[in-house]
Amino acid sequence: MLSLLLQASPATSTLGTANPVSIGMFFLFVAVTLYITYWAAKKTKTGSEFYAAGRSISGFQNGLALAGDYMSAASFLGIAGMVATKGYDGLIYSIGFLVGWPLIMFLIAEPLRNLGKYTFADVVAFRLRQRPIRIVSSVGSLLTIAFYLIAQMVGAGGLIKTLFGLDYEIAVVVVGCVMTLYVLFGGMIATTWVQIIKAVLLLSGATVLVLLSLAKFGFSPGNLLEAVSTQYGQEMLAPGGYITNPFDALSLGLALMLGTAGLPHILMRFYTVPDAKAARKSVFVATGFIGYFYLLTFLIGFSAMALVGKPAIEGIDKGGNMAALLLAEQTGGTAFLGFIAAVAFATILAVVAGLTLSGASSISHDLYVHVFKNGVSNEKGEMKVAKRATIALGILSILLGLVFKGQNVAFMVGLAFSIAASANFPALLMSIIWKRFTTQGAVWSIATGAVLSLVLIVLSPTIMVDIMGYDEAIFPLKNPALVSMSGAFLVGIVVSLLKPEASAALKFESEKLRTYLGVGAE
Amino acid sequence: MHPQSQTPHEILESPDFKKLVKKRWTVSLVLTFTMLVVYFGFLLVVAFNKQVLATRIGEYTTLAIPVGLGIILFAWVLTGIYVFWANSDYDTSVQNLKNKIS
Repeated sequence: MLSLLLQASPATSTLGTANPVSIGMFFLFVAVTLYITYWAAKKTKTGSEFYAAGRSISGFQNGLALAGDYMSAASFLGIAGMVATKGYDGLIYSIGFLVGWPLIMFLIAEPLRNLGKYTFADVVAFRLRQRPIRIVSSVGSLLTIAFYLIAQMVGAGGLIKTLFGLDYEIAVVVVGCVMTLYVLFGGMIATTWVQIIKAVLLLSGATVLVLLSLAKFGFSPGNLLEAVSTQYGQEMLAPGGYITNPFDALSLGLALMLGTAGLPHILMRFYTVPDAKAARKSVFVATGFIGYFYLLTFLIGFSAMALVGKPAIEGIDKGGNMAALLLAEQTGGTAFLGFIAAVAFATILAVVAGLTLSGASSISHDLYVHVFKNGVSNEKGEMKVAKRATIALGILSILLGLVFKGQNVAFMVGLAFSIAASANFPALLMSIIWKRFTTQGAVWSIATGAVLSLVLIVLSPTIMVDIMGYDEAIFPLKNPALVSMSGAFLVGIVVSLLKPEASAALKFESEKLRTYLGVGAE
Repeated sequence: MHPQSQTPHEILESPDFKKLVKKRWTVSLVLTFTMLVVYFGFLLVVAFNKQVLATRIGEYTTLAIPVGLGIILFAWVLTGIYVFWANSDYDTSVQNLKNKIS
């Protein structure tokens, strides 16, 4: 078996050794982004500048930044790898990630922009009682962010080790420190520009990779599919074993689709634009770029399968995560591998920076100001807490990265999406569209969504079978969203109907000028 | 004071405003429902009748490939339709109403 793998895998791969191009490229990226941070720091004095870039980002820029926030290294390397090893099934996964964006546009983006200030809890709490809402929604936010962050940090350490041959621990510390610098000094302005640069690098790098690969097939996708089919069988070009149980499909589909509409770091980006019109434009731009990116990862996956070969890809990493990088080396040589590797590193840095900023906002804006200070905010004090929270989250993310070293954390992204879809999304949507939604309804809805997600994931095959090694799981679905999200909606509705809140219903009417016309929006 | 100007309360109660809110949610919900039907319809076909998607439409190309990529394109086109409607129709009505506020 080993000799077979060695035979199939070209001994020429330089993965795992220090590549001067990738190290040079990476240092260039860090130098440029730190310079931007220095520039942004001078413009980051007030809360609105720290949390929302002074609402100065254009719709197009925010669209690119949203795409940058959303296109993680996990989707770049993971989906390309899934296509390279499992074929068409990888595309089903990326479709799930994309279709949440239109829903953000139709249901949430504009009311969110008009009603809120810095966090999505602003909207939920707008006409309800501040304290209880702020407490539960920051728990929902921080749980989503924590699981997403752990998955990113552990992925980063492992990826950088494979790419550069750098120690896991050093990689985690470097990522944690650099992203803390961005957020701490440059706030949302620096974070936005890091996202934009990263999105441009990732999209152009992936485009070049696809062009170099297609050149080997006479620029004909048909020839590429022929090569895949003749080498690995026609079944690679059609849905395979990814979806067997329709309830599993529905549950994962709901988590991916509606979880996107409940990710705190994505929702927060809508406050960086001047108005609702720019918010809607940014979703259109983001959806276009993300859709294009998934088209590229689909072609990269099949090209890697045909050119690098499945055995070689699976020989280096069983999940196929290195497919895009091996393809880069094969088509563009060591220098191009270095470029793509540096882009992957930059991608991780940008995503964790976005997560940390939204976590810090939740702590300082939702918890400190509205829970401990009863909404009486002293801007200086709030900024101080925001900066301390950034440092604490930076340290925490490094510690979590170290603690979870070598653990199977792939399920945490699915869990983060499930909590976002169950705890954050239902309360946000009901507060926007339903007049009779109450404080108690929101509190119980968020709590139900979060607790059900956590409990059911532990009882699901994802943890009980795959990680703990039991033969069977107590809860049958791999992702809990179908039950946890339905539960959150149901509890929110029942509790609201049982005990009406007259003041909330009254304010729902009077806030309509702000919701629909943007009158009084910040 | 402008002769036509109205208080915020009068605007809220005006038929024009009520029509605007109703139309906004009709458009949004129709588009949302379309997206849900397309996406979950696709998942149901994958779960119950994958053979259909394995049908060849070219020498090697299967039906699954244009359908999958088509859904991505469709999602983007839907956001485009919404933006087009909101920029022309919705924003005009919003501006008209805002002009009336005293």
